[in-house]
Amino acid sequence: MLKEHFKKPAGEAETEISYEKPQAPDGLFQKCDGCGKIVLQEDIENNWYCCPKCGRYYRIGARERIPMIADENTFQEWDSGLTGGNPLQFEGYEEKLDTLRKSTGYAEAVVMGEARICGMRIALGVMSAEFLMGSMGTAVGEKITRMIGRATAERLPVVLFCCSGGARMQEGIFSLMQMARTAQAIKEHDEAGLLYIPVLTDPTTGGVTASFAMLGDVILAEPGALIGFAGPRVIRQTIGQKLPQGFQSAEYLLKHGFVDRIVRRERLRSTLGILLRSSGYGRKES
Amino acid sequence: MEEKNREGAVSAWDRVQIARSADRPYIKDFISRIFDGFLELHGDRLFGDDRAVIGGIAAIDKQYVTVIGQQKGRNAKENKRRNFGMPNPEGYRKALRLAKQAEKFSRPILFFVDTPGAFCGMEAEERGQGEAIARNLFELSDLRVPVLSIITGEGGSGGALAFAVANEVWMLENAVYSVLSPEGFAAILWKDKKRAEEAAEVMKMTAEELKGMGIVEKVIPEPQPANIADMDDLALSMRREIRSFLKYYQDMPAEEIVRRRKDRFRSYGVFD
Ligand SMILES: [Zn+2]
Repeated sequence: MLKEHFKKPAGEAETEISYEKPQAPDGLFQKCDGCGKIVLQEDIENNWYCCPKCGRYYRIGARERIPMIADENTFQEWDSGLTGGNPLQFEGYEEKLDTLRKSTGYAEAVVMGEARICGMRIALGVMSAEFLMGSMGTAVGEKITRMIGRATAERLPVVLFCCSGGARMQEGIFSLMQMARTAQAIKEHDEAGLLYIPVLTDPTTGGVTASFAMLGDVILAEPGALIGFAGPRVIRQTIGQKLPQGFQSAEYLLKHGFVDRIVRRERLRSTLGILLRSSGYGRKES
Repeated sequence: MEEKNREGAVSAWDRVQIARSADRPYIKDFISRIFDGFLELHGDRLFGDDRAVIGGIAAIDKQYVTVIGQQKGRNAKENKRRNFGMPNPEGYRKALRLAKQAEKFSRPILFFVDTPGAFCGMEAEERGQGEAIARNLFELSDLRVPVLSIITGEGGSGGALAFAVANEVWMLENAVYSVLSPEGFAAILWKDKKRAEEAAEVMKMTAEELKGMGIVEKVIPEPQPANIADMDDLALSMRREIRSFLKYYQDMPAEEIVRRRKDRFRSYGVFD
């Protein structure tokens, strides 16, 4: 159930896991929302977009992620211009998308393409929380489905960085259908004997968790990432009690057997390299 | 909104209320009237037996089918047992086990969908609610037997979709199917739960609207809102429709059945 776990109603104080994005900050100095200390922007960027003082992981989008993961200048975007419509004719939705496109520079909440990791060619997708909390509408579903389909046809492994509040409410039932479409594409990729690695980043919830995020051959997660089906606030309301510290964190999922490894950003590229190589990729390639 | 109701028809919000009504038939009521016999099977072989989900083998016209669906309760005691028709991960895993079993023995699968959604509890998260639903979507996508889903009451979100990766999805006239509840939708997009009635209109969650958008293939008429006290005619018409569904797919090669189901979902893509 994807109930109301995307945004806080105005006025409610959040006491546990914050849905406010700790965005990689702009400007020369920033106040870290983890430790409250003043930190140099440059130091954050040089520290894998983590706070140099307290180690807090900031949310990053495709722009920051791709250079961090891919071999230099190997990324080529697929379906860059693909966008969706307004299937429910929801008032103000198109304007909202236009504004977001201008402010974020992204056409949609996911960027797809191909790249090389340690020399091995892969299909790579990255979701960006800056764009409507990475919510999954038809365009996101279509891009992911096409990317996986092309990877199946070209026999490429898929690495997909998940980051999503869940369904794109404004697209109603069409948003829901994307869960089935993406899962179906992964099934075909799987049947073809190809490797799929979702990397779960903060936050991965709702319909994304209940579809492609949980269907990897190997599932990796970033430290401290919130990962769950229902959001913490919904669960709190449903059961009427406080949730324990660390509930739905990446570490909690590891403990309960739902992710394979928690990997720090500085180790991600080499970890992916090992997983790719050990799954038979890169043998015939230059 | 006025326009839509000009025929004195039922509003979307009325239908939400009808779909949630305690007088509405639940899966057990349908099973006993539509089929000639039913053998319930239990458990997910991993954790337990989720009583919010009923599954087993049914017979219709000497043909065996696997029937799976959510079961709500009619009173507090029953609802405690059935968890208001909100499955935990073991409910989805039981359903998947029975679906794979049906595939192995070439039985068509009939899902009856009636759920507010997958359960949002701590234990559900602990046992992988997201994984359980995802696994169903993944495995159901290429099952080699015909699959029919009938949304009879509430088709709530991913918890409903996990039982609706089908060759055809039908809805009773007063059933609803949506990405989340209208209350939740209003709370998220307008920060005001009280606008649920308006949300129900905007979301296009009624059977007729969803058929218009190609999300469902058939709307089963309810001359009167379906009621357990008087549902024999409805059950009879459902039986007739189910029989013709089974007949249509009877001799279809498995590859074709899979291809059609996949094409159905592929079509829910980008459009203008
Ligand atoms: Zn800090």
